[in-house]
Amino acid sequence: MGTLDLSIIDWSRAQFAVTALYHWLSVPLTLSLGFIMAVMETLYYRTGNEEWKRMTKFWMRLFAANFVLGIAGGIILEFQFGTNWSNYSWLVGDIFGAPLAIEGIMAFFLESAFFIVMVFGWNKTSKGFHLASTWLTWFGATLSALWILVANAWMQYPTGTFFNIDTVRNEMTSFSSVLFSPVAMSKFFHTVTSSWIVGSAFVIGVSSWYLLKKRNIEFSHKSILIASIFGLAGILLTIFTGDSSSYQVAQKQPMKLAAMEGLYHGKNGTSLVAFGVLNPKKKMYNDSTSPFLFKISIPHGLSLLAYRHCNAFVPGIQDLLDGNYLLTLENGEQVKPLTTDAKLTFGRMSHQAMIDYRLAKKDKNDSLMAVNKAIFEATSSYFGYGYVKEKTQLIPNVSLTFYSFHFMVIFGFFFLLFFLLLLYLRRKIQNMKWLLWLGIFSIPLAYLTSFSGWIVAEVGRQPWAIQDLLPTFAAVSNIPVPSIKTTLTIFVLIYTVFFIAIVGVITHEIRKGPENIK
Amino acid sequence: MDYAFFQAYWWFLVSLLGSLLVFLFFVQGGQTLLYTIGKTEQERTMLVNSLGRKWDLTFTTLVTFGGAAFASFPLFYATSFGGAYWPWMLLLVCFVLQAVSYEWRTKGGNIFGHKTFEAFLFINGFGGLVLFGIAVGTFFTGSNFSVDKGDLTQLSMPVISMWHSPWHGLEAVMNLRNLLLGFSIFFLARVLGSLYFINNIADDLIVSRSRKQVLRDAISFLVLFLPFLVWTLFSQGFAVQPDSGIVFLEKGKYFFNFIQMPLVGLFFLIGVVLLLYGIFLGAFSKTSTKGIWFAGIGTVLAVLTLLLNIGYNHTSFYPSVFDLQSSLTIYNSSSSFFTLKVMSVVSLLIPFVLAYIVYVWRVMDKKKIDKAEMNEENEKY
Repeated sequence: MGTLDLSIIDWSRAQFAVTALYHWLSVPLTLSLGFIMAVMETLYYRTGNEEWKRMTKFWMRLFAANFVLGIAGGIILEFQFGTNWSNYSWLVGDIFGAPLAIEGIMAFFLESAFFIVMVFGWNKTSKGFHLASTWLTWFGATLSALWILVANAWMQYPTGTFFNIDTVRNEMTSFSSVLFSPVAMSKFFHTVTSSWIVGSAFVIGVSSWYLLKKRNIEFSHKSILIASIFGLAGILLTIFTGDSSSYQVAQKQPMKLAAMEGLYHGKNGTSLVAFGVLNPKKKMYNDSTSPFLFKISIPHGLSLLAYRHCNAFVPGIQDLLDGNYLLTLENGEQVKPLTTDAKLTFGRMSHQAMIDYRLAKKDKNDSLMAVNKAIFEATSSYFGYGYVKEKTQLIPNVSLTFYSFHFMVIFGFFFLLFFLLLLYLRRKIQNMKWLLWLGIFSIPLAYLTSFSGWIVAEVGRQPWAIQDLLPTFAAVSNIPVPSIKTTLTIFVLIYTVFFIAIVGVITHEIRKGPENIK
Repeated sequence: MDYAFFQAYWWFLVSLLGSLLVFLFFVQGGQTLLYTIGKTEQERTMLVNSLGRKWDLTFTTLVTFGGAAFASFPLFYATSFGGAYWPWMLLLVCFVLQAVSYEWRTKGGNIFGHKTFEAFLFINGFGGLVLFGIAVGTFFTGSNFSVDKGDLTQLSMPVISMWHSPWHGLEAVMNLRNLLLGFSIFFLARVLGSLYFINNIADDLIVSRSRKQVLRDAISFLVLFLPFLVWTLFSQGFAVQPDSGIVFLEKGKYFFNFIQMPLVGLFFLIGVVLLLYGIFLGAFSKTSTKGIWFAGIGTVLAVLTLLLNIGYNHTSFYPSVFDLQSSLTIYNSSSSFFTLKVMSVVSLLIPFVLAYIVYVWRVMDKKKIDKAEMNEENEKY
């Protein structure tokens, strides 16, 4: 049977990360620009003003060029669960596969069918049907986001499931628990509303460029107004849902929260780090080196964010791995949580119980089967710990998680101020060159902020493919590393070509401008 | 409605998606004919715009087919994709190339030029179809894998599905039957592509070239598919003993499946007849543009019933020639009873989805593509 080459894990992770990030180049723009252009077409429909139609068509061309990039990236991810993560696909496919199938049936057909009408049906359908098609394209894309985020949320918080010892996999027990899990709901709203910022920044950036060139003045002001309102709504909802997302992370993935804050030792009334620089000399989680070279903290901030109590104990990395600490419940009561040592023991017990159960089943020994099944049912929630050899494997990359989280939050607040400023200044921005340039740079800034969120979510959950149930090192396919390196290289080459092409297509369309659209 | 009912229902749905996909491969087939049927830039633009109104439907059907296979038969999804890595990855690459090609081909600012994206479309048409056919061929010819769920607790090697060829799926090209099916699907898609052009484009030259091409590709299709079919029907098939679940080889298994499931056999024959009639209309009628509908429905029926043949009646749909007892059936590779039931509720949306797709198709196709539209229209591919 051999031994799994451990570098398969890192190469498989690298391939998934690269292909997911490429996909995310396109998705937030689809989710947001789709809404903006649908609003503009609605204004055309209601006023009959051909200017709104021209504006819609212009943004729609950029939308379409970007939309297909999302399709190209999406199909790779859909199949990559199987190609590179086959053990994962088997162990949790009973739950994880369902949202993906539903995404196809409910959402992909909706957006692809009405996308055709939206792009090509201007002269083939009534105004009302065309408008409906535009809204349905956006709605289909948002619905697709719902289902894939439900799936991703389940990785972070596997609920509505039980581990079936006979079939050797996890099986769904409650669909509503999976769909309406608090992690799924906060993740869906947070991801979608934060995407609105990307589309808003894009529209503002392009319009700012026109204003700098003194072209399409009226077009640009109208576009900036719509985008700023949409962006402001987006960032306010993002902040609200970001708060609820952090609360969920604290409850369900305390190690991720600790990494997000660079927290090694918690206390009652833990501060929130507003900004800080980590100490590169800190090598071991339990050494006495200070984790920070410098930080600005908000007292009690993390206790409030994580547990809604200003004196709640927020466990740091060392508390989680070694320590005795008290967990604060919603009603303020403090209880002793399960230690990592206990989880490791339960993990090993669940593995042994499964082995012994299968042997007893072969021997048709009913009583031994019953005993081991009982042990397994009591310990299977920690099945993933049975694969962990050292506690340090349970720590995600702290610096990447910490800096991504703080970058995301800091620039999230930047965008709040930015949209407020644009709405306050309105047409005065036309003569403010520095602000127009800031508008242009807000495009890459919005993307980087959005990417940071995903890095927090996915790097912060390491080593777990499924929290507590399956670490990445037991989730892969047994594919030789040269094969993974080859496919990763192919994808990087293809996406590089695509990136060059789309930048060319989009910048050409922007330079041509809406004035050339009939 | 017990567990076995839902397992059979979901195999039906996955087979239906597979059959609709093969029909919708007319897009891919048409892509390989751009320079055969289109002799001028304007003609090729008409062909691209005709296919371009439909390419995303095929793509979405492929994605949904994969998602449905994952959700309803996760052990198949994990074993096949995680083992036959190369055919699936190369197939994906072919489709990734297609996804952007229609949209960016003639856009200003495309520094790679339109021929690059037309080459991508050809790669998608040729590579995508042949690889798909080879992958599906292994459903009949078998693959080199084993499954041992006990391995999950082997810390040094916890992967339960193992592939036993270093070629990780590429060895399938060495099997003549897989190649026959791969190229059959390729030529069938070209037949359907030409029939679609006849139906959707109002241009005498394109239509007359398409009619000739229907006959050429139909002959190639029949020359490749008939040997595959006869060989497969009468050679060893992978049967399952109903009580013990033991997998064994049975000569003529797939032929007997058609006999023992007479409705499935009958609809297969109806599908074949409709397909041949559609080809006849396309190749020999001077005026009819309806060939695509007969050939399309025929294709759907024939592919659907072939897939039902390998899933039903105690047959292994994904056999292992390395370890017969690791072969997958709809019973040992499916999701749980609960999951299949939940997804079946969602599947009630499918008729609604089909209805709006048909509606959108009719709206967009009610006026055929012609030179005038290509000259006037601003929004085109």
